[in-house]
Amino acid sequence: MSAEPILITGARVLDGEPADLLLRDGRIAAVGAGLDAADARVVDGTGLVALPGLVDLHTHLREPGREDAETVETGTLAAARGGFTAVHAMANTDPVADTAGVVEQVWRLGRESGHADVRPVGAVTVGLGGEQLAELGAMADSAAGVRVFSDDGVCVSDAMLMRRALEYVKAFDGVVAQHAQEPRLTEGAQMNEGELSGRLGLRGWPRVAEEAIVARDVLLAAHVGSRVHICHLSTRGSVEIVRLAKERGMPVTAEVTPHHLLLTDELATTYDPLYKVNPPLRTADDVAAVREALADGTIDVVATDHAPHPVEDKDCEWDVAAFGMLGLETALAVVQHTMVDTGLLDWAGVAERMSYAPARIGRCDTGDGGAHGRPLAEGEPANVVLVDPSASGTVDPRASSSLSRNTPYAGMKLPGAVVATFLRGRATFGGDAAAGGVS
Amino acid sequence: MIRHLLSTADLSRDDATLVLDTAEEMAGLTEGRSVKKLPALRGRTVVNLFFEDSTRTRTSFELAAKRLSADVVNFSAKGSSLSKGESLKDTALTLEAMGADGVVVRHSASGAPYRLATSGWINANVLNAGDGTHEHPTQALLDAFTLRRHLGELAGRHVVIVGDVLHGRVARSNVLLLATLGARVTLVAPPTLLPMGVEQWPCTVSYDLDAVLPDADAVMMLRVQRERMHDAYFPSAREYSRRYGLDARRFARLADDAVVLHPGPMNRGMEITADVADSDRSVIVEQVTNGVYVRMAVLYLMLAGAANDGARDERRSERDEVGGAANDGARDERRSERDQADPSAQEETT
Repeated sequence: MSAEPILITGARVLDGEPADLLLRDGRIAAVGAGLDAADARVVDGTGLVALPGLVDLHTHLREPGREDAETVETGTLAAARGGFTAVHAMANTDPVADTAGVVEQVWRLGRESGHADVRPVGAVTVGLGGEQLAELGAMADSAAGVRVFSDDGVCVSDAMLMRRALEYVKAFDGVVAQHAQEPRLTEGAQMNEGELSGRLGLRGWPRVAEEAIVARDVLLAAHVGSRVHICHLSTRGSVEIVRLAKERGMPVTAEVTPHHLLLTDELATTYDPLYKVNPPLRTADDVAAVREALADGTIDVVATDHAPHPVEDKDCEWDVAAFGMLGLETALAVVQHTMVDTGLLDWAGVAERMSYAPARIGRCDTGDGGAHGRPLAEGEPANVVLVDPSASGTVDPRASSSLSRNTPYAGMKLPGAVVATFLRGRATFGGDAAAGGVS
Repeated sequence: MIRHLLSTADLSRDDATLVLDTAEEMAGLTEGRSVKKLPALRGRTVVNLFFEDSTRTRTSFELAAKRLSADVVNFSAKGSSLSKGESLKDTALTLEAMGADGVVVRHSASGAPYRLATSGWINANVLNAGDGTHEHPTQALLDAFTLRRHLGELAGRHVVIVGDVLHGRVARSNVLLLATLGARVTLVAPPTLLPMGVEQWPCTVSYDLDAVLPDADAVMMLRVQRERMHDAYFPSAREYSRRYGLDARRFARLADDAVVLHPGPMNRGMEITADVADSDRSVIVEQVTNGVYVRMAVLYLMLAGAANDGARDERRSERDEVGGAANDGARDERRSERDQADPSAQEETT
C-alpha cells in the first residue's frame, strides 16, 4: 500500500524538541529539523506530540457473531480515532476464535478494513470451555501468526490446564493472557465486594478472587519458565503480587484498563449498567495503586478492554446487563488525564506503556515492515499518532465510530485529542485536516 | 414527602414520622368500621408491577390502594408479557403510556425500582416493594409502626434483628429506618450471612443471640432459607436453629414486655418455633394488618399529598418545556384535586 509521502512538520517526538517526520513508502524516511520534500503533503504538527502508533493488547471486535455490537470495520475505525495502529482481537466471538480458520478470518477482515492491523488472540481452550486445549500451535502457525492466547471473559481456572497451556506455548514464543477470576468466589458477582455492594444489595466480586489467580499463575509461569500476562489487573493486592513476582525475576507482565485508572465503584450507586464491567470498578485506593504501578512499571501496559454492547444489553436492570465498556477512542485521553497531567508519566512513558510494551508482549514488534511499537526513527515503519495535549473535549457517545454507545465517560470533559493516526504512512484518521491545515 | 420511595435511607426523621402518623390516621379512619373506604385517591391509577411472586405484599398494596379509592391494576410476571422476556424499559413505557400515577414495583434485581425512577422511562411515582437483596422500605415502615404501637417512641429502644441479613432486604431497610428514628439496632447472624462492610452500618453486630436477648425491647426474626446450607452458609438447618433460632428457652430470656416480629413468611421450626410464633407477645399477625395502613399512608402522601406538588419536581417542568403547554391545564387540575384531598376531612359517603 503505497500512499503519497507525508511531511509532518514541527511535532514534538515523545514531547521532545520539535522535529519534522517524513513518511514515505510506509516507512519513516527521515527525522530531523527543516526537512524538505517537494512531493510530500505537509501536515503541520506544531504544538502536537508525536507518538508511535498505539497498540492495544485487549480489544473485543465482536466479529464474527455479534456484528450488532461491533465489526472489525467499525472497531478498527474506532481504534484509528483513538490513535491505535494495531489491536489484539479477543477470542470470545461466536464462533470462538479457537481454530486456525476463525483467527485467519478475523485477521483477513482486519486486512480488508485497513484502519488498523488486527492481531487475533487465540482461545486457550476449546470454546472457552476450560476443559480441553484449543489447537494453539495451528493458530500460531496460521497466517494470523497468533502469539497471544486467552480465554478472556472466562478464567482458565483449572490449575493443571493453565500449567499445560503455559508450557505448550513456549514452543512458539506465545504468551497466555489470563482473565484472573476465581469462578467459585465470583458466582453471580455484580460489583466490587465491599461496604457499597452490601449497601446496594449487589452480589460482591471480591478482590481475592483476582489476587488468588494472579498469585497462582505467576508461580506457575515461574515454575514452567513461560510467560504469563495478567489481563485488566484491578486491585492493590494484585499490584503487590506482580511487584513481588517481578522483583524475583518471574516472567509476568500485566495490563490495566483506562477505566480502572479513573473510575471507582461509587458509580454503581446509580445502578446504571454503563458502569458494570468485569473485573468491576474498584475503590479509590485501588485506583491509586494501579496508577502508581503503571508509573513504576509494575504494570507494563494500558489495554482498553474495549467491549461494545448494543443498547438493549445496557438499558436494563443491573443484574441482567452485560459487562463491559467502550475504550478505544478515549484511552489516550484517560491516560493523559490520570497519568500525564498528574505528573506520574511523561509522553515517553506513554509510548512505552501504550505502544512499545504491548507490541513486545504480543510479539508484533518485529517483522519486515509490519512491525508495531517501534521508535519514531529513520527506517522504522511509519506508524505515528499525533496528539494535541492542550485540547480538551466532552465525550459524546453519538460521535463514536463504534457501533455501540456504552462509554462510561459520556458528558465527561477529558484532556487531549488525537489529531491524526498514520498506519505505515497512510492516514487512518485525520491527517488531511490536521491542526493548522495541510498544504 | 419524597417523590419516590426507593430506600428508607431517603426518609428524614420528619418524613418517617409523617408516614407513621399518617398510618395512624388511616388506621383510625378504617379500623373497626364496616365501610373501610376513603376517597383520597379517586381517579388515580396505581399499578402493582410484580416481577417476582409475593402474594402477601401485592395483596397488601392492592388493599391499601383500593381503600383509598384508587384504580388498581396488577401487572405480574405470570400471565403478562413480562414472562415472555419483555424488558423493564418496555414495561415502563407501556405503563407510562397507559397513564399510571403510581407504580409499586417488586423485582428480583437490586436497584430495578431505582432504574425505573431515574431512567426517564416513566413519570409516575415509584414505590419499591422489595428489590433483590437491596431494600423493602414499606416493610420497615410497617415494622416501625408496629413497634411504635407497642413500645411508644422508638428513640433509645433496642431492636434485635436476627437472621439472613446478606440475602434479606428487610434487615437493610430496617437498620436504616430504625437508626433514623433513634432506635438502637443489633444484628445477629452467623458471619456468613452478614454482608461485607456491615460494621459501617448504623448498628452493632453480634454472633451471640443469647447474650443480646435480655436487653432487647423487640426481636425481629428473619426468614432463613434451608437451601442456604447447600452454599455452605451454615452446616445444617438444625445447627442454624440451635444457634440462631428463637425457641421457648430463648424466648424466656426476653424482658416481659418485649415483642417478637417476623416479616413472614415464616419457616416454623427453622428461625422460630411454633410456640413462640403463636405466643401472645408475637405481633406477627398485627404486622400484616399494619402493613395496609402504612401502605395507605405512603400511597396517600406520595400520590395525593399537597407537599407532593413541590416534589413533582424539575422533571415535570423539564417535561413541560419539552412537551409544550397543552398538558399544563390538565396537570393543574390534578394538582388542585390533590390539594383538596385530605383523608381526615373526607370520608367515603357512597
